[in-house]
Amino acid sequence: MTITEKILAAHSGKKEVVPGDFILADVDLALGNDITAPAAIKEFEKAGGRKVFDPERIVLIPDHFSPAKDLESAQLAKRLKLFAQKQKISHYYELGRMGIEHALIPEKGLVLPGNLVVGADSHTCTYGAVGAFATGVGSTDLAAVFITGKCWFKVPATFKFIYYGKLPRWVGGKDLILYTIGDIGADGAGYKAMEFTGETIKNLPMDDRFTLCNMAIEAGAKSGVIEPDEIVWKSDADSNYSETREYDVRKIEPQVAFPPLPSNTKPIGKVGKILIDQVVIGSCTNGRISDLRIAASIMKGKKVKVRTIVIPATQKIYLEALREGLTEIFIEAGCVVSTPTCGPCLGGHMGVLSEDEVCISTTNRNFIGRMGSPKSKVYLANPAVAAASAIKGRIAHPEE
Amino acid sequence: MQFKGRVWKFGNNVNTDEIIPAKYLVTSDQKELSKHCLEIIHPQFPKRVKRGDIIAAGENFGCGSSREHAALAIKGAGISCVIAKSFARIFFRNCINIGLPISEEKELPESCSQGDILEIDLTKGFIKNLSTKKEFKTSKFPPFLQEIISSGGLMKWVKKKVIR
Repeated sequence: MTITEKILAAHSGKKEVVPGDFILADVDLALGNDITAPAAIKEFEKAGGRKVFDPERIVLIPDHFSPAKDLESAQLAKRLKLFAQKQKISHYYELGRMGIEHALIPEKGLVLPGNLVVGADSHTCTYGAVGAFATGVGSTDLAAVFITGKCWFKVPATFKFIYYGKLPRWVGGKDLILYTIGDIGADGAGYKAMEFTGETIKNLPMDDRFTLCNMAIEAGAKSGVIEPDEIVWKSDADSNYSETREYDVRKIEPQVAFPPLPSNTKPIGKVGKILIDQVVIGSCTNGRISDLRIAASIMKGKKVKVRTIVIPATQKIYLEALREGLTEIFIEAGCVVSTPTCGPCLGGHMGVLSEDEVCISTTNRNFIGRMGSPKSKVYLANPAVAAASAIKGRIAHPEE
Repeated sequence: MQFKGRVWKFGNNVNTDEIIPAKYLVTSDQKELSKHCLEIIHPQFPKRVKRGDIIAAGENFGCGSSREHAALAIKGAGISCVIAKSFARIFFRNCINIGLPISEEKELPESCSQGDILEIDLTKGFIKNLSTKKEFKTSKFPPFLQEIISSGGLMKWVKKKVIR
């Protein structure tokens, strides 16, 4: 069995599962945010739910429209808070402790190798980076987990990716995943688990592993997973894979995804001249400390030419950035440094785009209207490309 | 489960941001959400959609964000059934869970036109295009999913099977 099949079997009381099996599995951790959890709470109460299955296994994080962007979002966040108080949910993170969920949860050590995690947020697949099975679900799924501690799944087939070679300079987890999605397409791993393997992955820093797994959903995958280094959970040598692809990463350049799909990728050398109005560096994809370090190393002593918004993903990352002098570099370069929020990534607040504006962003989606006006455009890239672009006022290679 | 209605055609990779942009996610009320359903790619859709209409779309329908609001917006708009060549998996779950009928069919979306009248019987497993007289077979849901669907959605199934 693959690592994914082993985790699913272990959580559904079975010796073995095969792709296509329907199972009802025990959930180790269930997550909701200020957009998705209020709808789950409504369903929970409508079904007559009184007590959640285990208050220690539920995490509620108001990160999408927080700090509240308007009255309606303040009411959503309030519902989250009141539910957490009533149900004695200790993993509720109020502003001041709040961070972007997929950066905060691993930072707090709430997910372990071999865990089964569901979240009412599509980027829940991020935690595959620590060797967990983690997948996004809807609000009604979350409501059912609140009551029962269980969730239904169809066991996914596993699509194996092998990366070999040393990563070139300025190329990281973001480029590996954009390159892979560009290769297989926006539904290239539809309904499947993506297993990321090979010597490149073994040497890949943790922050990059989170970025890699974070965007598995953009290839339609159910989950992304990397075998943990201290091997307890690993795929058997005779595991069945639906497909395998190998990539020599020495040939991969920094990638840029053109609108309107993350799979619409080009190497930076083939991008051409694209003028920009805004840069966003942050999100559950690329708002971690190493992302900020890379961006600061490029911006040091320079001035940005366009509006640039930097968003550390958690309070801890924010404080680290401050202590390391990164925040000072950003502010002196002319950037705005924001409190943690998903904000601009989904066109919520803190950087919504107007008609005909162009943004390069380290976030995860460049769909039509994703960051604001349906007439705006979003390009996706790694933090080095985003920082270099901020300084040039057009999409630029970090070497420039 | 039988339906008869007019076709609204959509292409590949229709994502949940296009079905309902994030700025409207401050409510989970179906009717409220439906006022902006799919307006980004089809501005006339929320105004002209009629109860019973059917969506026929290409590959990977409902990809992107997990927002259940997307399935709710479509249900609130009165769409009786969504047919697509394939669905993104979270959207697929959400439809099953909230009781919005869906069906995967590879040929129909290509061969029908905007405004065609379809007759669908998901129990017997066929779709008839009354405008072109073509008939298609739909694949049946596996028994596990049929059970959730026939219970009237996930929460009712949970009440029946798990809580007892």
